Amino acid sequence: MQTSKSERMTGSQIVIETLIEQGVTDVFGYPGGQVLNIYDELYKASDRINHILTAHEQGASHAADGYSRVTGKVGVVIATSGPGATNLVTGIATAMLDSIPMVAITGNVPTTLIGKDSFQEINITGVTLPITKHNYFVTDVNELADTIREAFQIAKSGRPGPVLIDIPKDVQVAECEFIRGGVIEPYEQSEAEDCDIDRAVEIINNAKRPYIYIGGGAAGRGMTKDIIALAEKIDGYIGCSFMGLSALPNSYDRFLGMQGMHGHYASSMANKEADLIIGVGVRFSDRATGNTAKYAKNAKIIQLDTDLSEINKNVKVSVGLIGNIVSSFTRILERCEKQSHPEWRGIVENFKEEGKRINDIAEQQAGAAMTPKKIFDVINEVKDENTVIATDVGQHQMWAAQYVDFEKPRRFASSGGLGTMGYGLGAAIGAQIASGDKTVLITGDGSFGMNLNELATAVTYNTPVIIVIMNNGVLGMVRQWQTLFFGKRYSNTVLGRKTDFIKLADAFGAKAERVDTIEAFKAAFENAMKHDGPYVIDTLIDMDEFVLPMLPPGGSIEDIITAKEQEAKP
Amino acid sequence: MRNVIAVYVENKYGVLTRVSGLFMRKGFNIDSLTVGETDDPSFSRITITLNGDDYAREQLINQLKKLHNVKQVKLLEQGSSVERELLLVKIRNTPENRNEIMAATEIYRAKIIDYTTSSLCVEVTGEPSKINAFIEVVKPLGIVEMCRTGVVALERGDSILKK
Repeated sequence: MQTSKSERMTGSQIVIETLIEQGVTDVFGYPGGQVLNIYDELYKASDRINHILTAHEQGASHAADGYSRVTGKVGVVIATSGPGATNLVTGIATAMLDSIPMVAITGNVPTTLIGKDSFQEINITGVTLPITKHNYFVTDVNELADTIREAFQIAKSGRPGPVLIDIPKDVQVAECEFIRGGVIEPYEQSEAEDCDIDRAVEIINNAKRPYIYIGGGAAGRGMTKDIIALAEKIDGYIGCSFMGLSALPNSYDRFLGMQGMHGHYASSMANKEADLIIGVGVRFSDRATGNTAKYAKNAKIIQLDTDLSEINKNVKVSVGLIGNIVSSFTRILERCEKQSHPEWRGIVENFKEEGKRINDIAEQQAGAAMTPKKIFDVINEVKDENTVIATDVGQHQMWAAQYVDFEKPRRFASSGGLGTMGYGLGAAIGAQIASGDKTVLITGDGSFGMNLNELATAVTYNTPVIIVIMNNGVLGMVRQWQTLFFGKRYSNTVLGRKTDFIKLADAFGAKAERVDTIEAFKAAFENAMKHDGPYVIDTLIDMDEFVLPMLPPGGSIEDIITAKEQEAKP
Repeated sequence: MRNVIAVYVENKYGVLTRVSGLFMRKGFNIDSLTVGETDDPSFSRITITLNGDDYAREQLINQLKKLHNVKQVKLLEQGSSVERELLLVKIRNTPENRNEIMAATEIYRAKIIDYTTSSLCVEVTGEPSKINAFIEVVKPLGIVEMCRTGVVALERGDSILKK
């Protein structure tokens, strides 16, 4: 830590100086009564730290999350007490479920008024207890700087996550000595035991049908080359969870794509037929495995995770390698033997062909209609490797997961674990500001309707975000379930709204066009890629489009639904 | 299966809420939880008893280890640790049951700590099984009110929990 002389500062000055000390260049937020002092210091420090004002605190929290997903840095969000703080809750929970490093700073009423139901008082540390990695209520200005530093350390250490710091007004005003420090390093990670690595290697050497299953804990950690090297060395295949998307380029031929409920046929089938699954930074979530009682019955499982509570949590594993995932993986790669499994290659290549055949049938049936696949074909063709893809939640999100050609890590922002509708626009703005690259938000008319107020933010900062609204007039994913499992009783999923997204975008000051053919979509998307600023493309699609294949909830690969006409098993 | 788990925590704002909140969040069924300051006032020691299988125990320990204020977690093996619990029980005091209460108190090496003409209060310490047995004995005599602390436990011999 570099040493410098002590300076007398107020709590709010310390907040800003410690953020700058921790390398923060951009913060998202919304001012209010109990953060006036912090905002006053932001004003004075505006040449050293950039504040992005959103339309709503929720949007700010998602922006900080999107910012973090594309950079790996800790996203920072500031909000006032009471409703400002509670508006962050969904954003913090989203970050928690997807292990995104974030520091949320909230003001609170002065300590003398705490517990008196004062105006805009809420116990936000209590509210966020289950959705933060840790949180703080700071009562002494002397502890403020170190608390913020520790918050950053916790947020980025091991399995990352959100940390909240609640600072009462009087602590922001109080003064103390401040000594500038350096960027705090994450806690040192433990390393997996050597004997466990050897046990894992022995299992790998004896496997005939190896499958590597990549998750969010592996994406964006510089492991792409090693993962490919291991797949080549052991003659295996790779699949991923939703959070593992973008860890590998889709063009790599041993990469089968996402597995699970809406995963690719080949990766889900490979899970079933594999005799070894190497889970890397995955938690074997219900969405990725289906019914765990029937999951991967033929396989031994090796699990690499930095979070010890993930080992054996959802599935029983043969070997758990707790600690630094990157080094565990490298050690396995170095020690395992070169292998050749032609039989396994044959099996998986057949799965790939079958998956393609299923897709082709659906596309042929659609004819000239603008199917989701055609939309993503255009996006893939026009985007470049740096284009960031953000999504909301629903059918469009699963289509993005299935069809986007990811070229490199940290170019994807989407709410996986919590499944937060309304996440996308804030996240896209944060991701664009972080990356400086063109950002495409794939959304639906339902999700977009939840937080479209952030269009104001995108216009104010002239953020080049392309908003593709896959508009089918319904809550498509819920409706799909109603079609399959609720006798087509479409309870509250047919929106029937009269919202004109073109006029709406116009009112916000954004460019927009509506398209209903794939040719028009292509032209609009090309225009949008050239446009410097937000651009809305209202893309009209058929409400009866399905996300397929689908493993019914609680089901397994045997229950896979591959065609719209197929009856779901009860 | 009954598990006794000792947890060494920083004595900080909200730490008990963090620990107990975890049980609710993860659906753990806790039998008892005790907490108190240690010889070093900046740390507290929590003793948890959990009825559950190996999976529940492993998850509870691993989840506790993730909490920032938790410094040490240890499963205390039944044979190599000592457990104690304290019971205060108020029993109806009548001429008919008085002798029996006195006898039970004597045999269980308990203590009468309050006495009025209508009720008396007995203090019992010991392992939970002893406490349970005492309660069974005095139940027919008319328990007015009772309060038990839950288990505190230490390992036998030289092994210690704190860092």
